[in-house]
Formats: sequence, C-alpha cells, structure tokens
Amino acid sequence: MTAEKESKNLIITGVGGQGNVLSSQILGQALVGKGYFVTIGETYGASQRGGSVMSHIRLSSLKQLSPLIPRGKADVVLGLEPVEALRVLTGYGYRDTVVITNTRPIYPVDVTSGDERYPEMEELKTALRNLSRRLHLIPATERALEMGSPILGNMIMIGALLKLNFLPLTAPEFAQTLKRNFQGKKLESNLQALETGAILIGK
Amino acid sequence: MSIIAQDEPGKEFLLMGNEAIARGALEAGVKVAAAYPGTPSTDIIENLSRVAKSRGLYVEWSVNEKVALEVAAAGSYSGMRSLCAMKQNGLNVASDFLLNVNLIGIKAGLVLVVCDDPAAHSSNNEQDSRLFARMADLPLLEPSTFQEAKEMTRFAFDLSEELGIVCLLRGVTRTSHARGNVLLGKLPPIDPQKAHFDTTKPWRSQPIAEKHNRLHQYLTRLQETFSASPFNLFHGPQHPELLLVTGGTGWLYSREALEILRLEDRVGILKIGTSWPLPEKFLIENLAKTDRVLFLEEVEPFLEGNVKELAADHADEIGPKKFFGKKSGHIPVFGEMNTDRVIAAVGKILNVSYQARDAEYEAQAQEAARTLLPNRTLGFCPGCPHRASYWAIKNALQMDNREGFATYDIGCYALARGPAGYQVLKTGGAMGTGIGLASGFGKFSQMGFDQPVVAMCGDSTFFHAALPGLINAQHHRANVTMVILDNSATAMTGFQPHPGIGKSAGEETAEAVDIEGVCRAIGAKVEVTDPFDFEGTRGKVLKALEDPSGVKVLIMRRRCQMLKDKEEAAPYRVWIDPEKCLGEDCGCNRLCTRVFKCPGLIWDQNAKKARLDEVICVGCGACTDVCPQGAIRKEAPKN
Repeated sequence: MTAEKESKNLIITGVGGQGNVLSSQILGQALVGKGYFVTIGETYGASQRGGSVMSHIRLSSLKQLSPLIPRGKADVVLGLEPVEALRVLTGYGYRDTVVITNTRPIYPVDVTSGDERYPEMEELKTALRNLSRRLHLIPATERALEMGSPILGNMIMIGALLKLNFLPLTAPEFAQTLKRNFQGKKLESNLQALETGAILIGK
Repeated sequence: MSIIAQDEPGKEFLLMGNEAIARGALEAGVKVAAAYPGTPSTDIIENLSRVAKSRGLYVEWSVNEKVALEVAAAGSYSGMRSLCAMKQNGLNVASDFLLNVNLIGIKAGLVLVVCDDPAAHSSNNEQDSRLFARMADLPLLEPSTFQEAKEMTRFAFDLSEELGIVCLLRGVTRTSHARGNVLLGKLPPIDPQKAHFDTTKPWRSQPIAEKHNRLHQYLTRLQETFSASPFNLFHGPQHPELLLVTGGTGWLYSREALEILRLEDRVGILKIGTSWPLPEKFLIENLAKTDRVLFLEEVEPFLEGNVKELAADHADEIGPKKFFGKKSGHIPVFGEMNTDRVIAAVGKILNVSYQARDAEYEAQAQEAARTLLPNRTLGFCPGCPHRASYWAIKNALQMDNREGFATYDIGCYALARGPAGYQVLKTGGAMGTGIGLASGFGKFSQMGFDQPVVAMCGDSTFFHAALPGLINAQHHRANVTMVILDNSATAMTGFQPHPGIGKSAGEETAEAVDIEGVCRAIGAKVEVTDPFDFEGTRGKVLKALEDPSGVKVLIMRRRCQMLKDKEEAAPYRVWIDPEKCLGEDCGCNRLCTRVFKCPGLIWDQNAKKARLDEVICVGCGACTDVCPQGAIRKEAPKN
C-alpha cells in the first residue's frame, strides 16, 4: 500500500468466536473519530461459532465506500486463523497485499472428520508468501493462552497491525477507543495484548 | 450510554445501518417499537430496547411478526409514532395484516422496516420484499448509505403521518448489517404524551372500494412529489452512453465500478431511493438522456420491470431504449450485488476489458484455493445441547429401523440438515413447518405410510408458529413425535427473550408462558429430558416412536452454551487419555471426530489418535459418553 493512496482496504478474517466483529468495530470507531469515512461489511454464516468470518474494513478521506471490497483489492489481510487468511487472499489479494496472520489452526469439522485435509504449515506459509508482498506470522493464540485466554489473540493481532503503520491510527489512539468498549480487568488484559502484539511483530 | 440515544447533533459516529434506522426513529419521536428477531433486521429493536427506559419508549419482542405489526398499529391508533421491524420471511407472516392496514390507514406515523437477505446468508429463502409495497399500494424507501438509512427513517414517519398510511423502508444485509458514518441529528424532547384511542372515529378498511381508490390517488400524488426527493439523484455526464439505474447497495457499488473502469465520463448513474411509487418525471427526464439502460438491484428485477413499464407509457417522449439487467442475462438473477458484478456487466455492454489481477497471480490464487482450502461447514458450537439432542434422535431412529425422519423449521437446530446434526432433518423450512408437515405425514397410515416422523421445533419457534400445527396434529390424532429443543433463548439471532422466558425487551420482567403446560393443555403426552443424558433421551425418543397413538411431545431442555459461556465457568476439565484411545485400531471408526463431530475434538495426524483442542473445548463433558473405550475423561474442578 502506498502512502499517497487515498483509500485503504483491510480484511480481518477468522472463525466465528474469535472476536473478529468486535475488533473491526473498535478499529472503525477509532478511525471515524479521526475524521475518516469508514465502511465495514461483515460476512459470516448462520451460526454463532465455527464458520468462516470476514470483515471488510474500508477507509477513505473523501467518501463512503461500498461495504464489500472488490476482488483483488485488499491491501492488508489480517488472519486470526491461517487457512482463513489464505482463503481471503485467494479472492481479495493482489501482488502488493500484506498479510499478518496468527499461526494457530482451528480445524474445521470437515478436517477432524477425515473428509478433508488441513494443509501442512509449510505449504500454507509458502502459499501465503507467494500471494503477498510481505508475510508476518504471529503466534497470537499461544501468547494469548499464556496471558490467560485465547480470545485475547484478536487484540494481539490488532497490536501487530497497528505497529506496521498501515492505518492512520496509533496504538494509543486505538487504546482510547478500547477504553470506551471495555472496563476493569478486561480492559487491562486487552491493553496488554495490544502491547504484546506490537512486540511480537518487532520493528 | 448507547450511541443512538446521545443528544449530540452534528457529531459523527460509526453506526450499523440498523442502528442508523433506530436513531432515525428516535429523531422522529418514535414511542412504540415491536418486532420478532430475524437477521439482518434484529439490531433495530435490540438497540431501541436498550434506550427504552431513558427515552420513555414501549419496546417489545413480539411472539411473531404479524403480532408485532398489530402492536405497532395499536401504538399508531393511540396517537404514538410506531416502528415495526422484521426480516423478509417475517413480512410473509405479517402480510395478512399489512394487506388490511393499508386500507384501514393509520393515525400517528407507522413505519415498517423490512430487511432482505440477498444470497440468504442467514435465511432459508431469497426474497424481494419490495413486491409487497406494490401489492399493498404503499410507499417504499430504500437507503443506499448509512446516513440515508437514518434520514429516510425520519422522513418515512413524516410521510406516513401526512398521508395516514403505513410507509415501508427496505434494508438489505449490506445496508442494515454493515457499518458506516452517520452524522447525528436532533433528538426531540421526551414527550410525556397520553396514549388514547379516539372511539368516535373507528379505524377499518370499509368502504373497501373507496379506501382502495384513495391509496391509488396517493400513489399518483407521490409519483410527482418523489420526483423532487433528495433521495433520488443523477450522477454523470450530460449524455451518458449507458445509464445505470439502481437503488440500495447498487449506488456505492456502481460508483466504485465506474471509478475502477475509469468510465465516469461515459456512464451515468441514476440512484433511486423512492422505489415505490417511482418518481415518474425524474425518471423520464433522465431516461431521455441515453439510449442504453442497465438495471442493478437486489433480488428481483423490481426497478427493471417498473421502469420499463414507465418507459413504455412515455415511449413517444423518450424514444426507444435498449435495456440490460437480469432479463438480458447481464446480471445474475440470484445472489448479492457487488462491485465485480457491476464491472462485469458494464464491461460486457461497453466492450471494456478488466482483469482484477495479473494472469500469473490469478492462476496461483486459484491453484491455492483448489488444493489448500478445506471447507468450513457450519456446525453446532462446542457444548451446544442440539448436538446431543440429535445424537439421541439419530441413534433412536437407527434402532427403530423403519426409515424414520425429522421435519424442521428455522433456528440454529436447522443446521442438522447437514452433517452437524447427522442429516436427520429431511424437509421443512418455514416457521412452524416442522409440526405442520408432520401433522400431515402422521395421518397417512391408512394409505400405508409406516415411517415414524419427528417434528423438530425450537422454543421461540414454538410460540411463533408451531402452536397451530400442534393443535392440528392433536385434533386429528396424527401419529407424531414433536421434539421441542428448549435452550432458553432465540439463540440464532443473538439471544432475544421469547414468551417462554420471564424477560422482555430491555430490563423489564415478563410473564413466562410454560411450554410444557401449554402442550399438556392441548392434550398431548409430554415428557421432559436433558439431552446430555444420552441414554435416557434416546430411550424417551424410542418410546415415543413406538407409541402409535397421537401426539407425543418431548421437550429437550438445556440452556444454550453461548449463554452459559457468558454466565458460568466450564463445568469440567476434559482430556483424552492417549493410553486408552486406540485410534484407527479401535474399530469405532473414529466415532468422536468422524461421527459425533464436536469441533473441540480433533484428530492428531501424527499420533493417529483423537486429541482435545483446549482453545475450542468449553468443558461441557457431553462427549465423554461417546467413546466406547472411555478414553475421553472429565473432571470437575476442585474448589
């Protein structure tokens, strides 16, 4: 993504129950607070958990964009689950797409039942690398488990995303919006997860 | 404090389309709101219920959509602006009253919001509710942006009140269930208005001919006034080579497609916000600018047909046109609109080629999609009581061995159409259909029908539409087993309360209606079971299947795990003993992962044994009874 590009397209993808929708919403709130037009379109199946979930987050300084990113126009793909990152990339990625993904698989029942195959991690990494300009792998779930709850994986990933400066939004600005959505212990652990993500991605 | 109740005119927020509609209603001074939940409409009433107390509203989750519309109409007749919301299937249920209240008329503004689900992301059908506006001769508005969703809702109340008729507003998944910028307007002061029905002026549809005629007069008048509406606009060159006629989501997709194709100086867009009646003068003026027209809309060719009709009436003024759209095959007749569909259609008509990505990347992407992406079939959540219920039903039907099957309606439990519920559901689809169909099947023994039939029903659906079917079955002594999956919530749409629960919208307590008592009063035999008691439940199902006399109701009761997650700690620590699990050598055919299919149980490719995914498992312990080796272990945490 180039600095002069007026609009930016981000897809956060994962599996139902990983906190995708809420983190997209908080990102969107923070960006609207900074004066941007933000559009978020969410796609998920008919169940609370288990299906693929993807949020299209689009920002522009000029106008309201449509709720769906066109094919091949995602600048950044943030994967809360690695196969889901690849799934999104095959439809919405292009040569310059940057991918940041959690490395912990969530196996579909189609795989655990033996009907389908979950790719080996090396195959997955190669495919993600071939279809992106840069690939960042983050062991977010492992770190989240160490911190006490796998759900914190989403904030670790957001922390990593913000550190890359793709969005016109700093971690402290995001944290301000987070404070309007969470309180007490929950807020504390989410803020800590945000920092952990920034450290994990380095730079 | 909820954003939608913030008294900060001029401030901009990120709002979901449905939140924008709720805010628009508040700005219009709504006092009464009623709905039955259904994606993608649910959030409208959900948001209003959160501010009911602070804004002095009456908000309810009604038993079904027809009752919701009747409650809202009562609000209107009592002098209060009222809102009713539903998804597309809901309007089918409410349509009986809609096709009366259109003639009866209303007093204070009454807005009916219907949210369609193109591509059926969360529905059993794909339907275009705009057709109801034409059928009922009522005005219909369609927002294209989040801001417009709010403004149109406000306007709809004014219009409804001015003409004394219901005004419809149609959302779709990508306007209602997406988020964008909304600039807040002013909230009116909270008005302690006295609700009162004026008995000197009755509200009825008679004289019918006169009332029907009046509706058509209103439509003729609206055709004119809508021509000046700010919700309709033309964007593009003075004489476009092609004119895109669109509404709803199509406006933003069209603008983007033309930008991507760099055709903004050759192609025009006519955005229609007042979909019924059409703004006649505005359309004729703009159609005259071009020879070619492409229609872009979700789901049916509604604008397409109606605009063509108008063009035929005015053929002498505007000349012949070439029309493209669903009829011509340039736009698929099913599924959602998106920018890529607009690009493909415009490209084809103007002979402009476009590749989203270079050929090499495209080939690599398609190869990866073909070889590396496992499906993620929808299933029940870890800990879901429905999995256990279907496990018992599947095993009972197998043991009974008479080709028994189950019928269904709508809810999470309908996922048992697929592998999640062992494919026991064979036919059904609408609210209450499971018991209605079963009531028929259960009467055909004299024609040789000898298969046992199980009618599946959720607790919320039971009240919504299953009661008449149950009464029909009991009255005709149909041989039916009805299973009511009572998980204490309308789970699929986000845990709204229903009449079986002692809660209403907002914080209010409500009278709980006892499902078991209702079934007994009808005269059915009733049993209650905990689906996590596999053996007991299976035995009760078998007993019901074997009993040929009339209606047997089996209530499988256990709270939705998603509710438990919010309120309770995991009851067990669950693990798989690698010594006891015999893996592929067991002979169980991987019963836990291949058949039972809880996502918390995974298969370790290296060890060739089952393993527990501690990230997914919620510790419900249900699976421990599935393993023939007793390798799945559970332990209650020591306090």
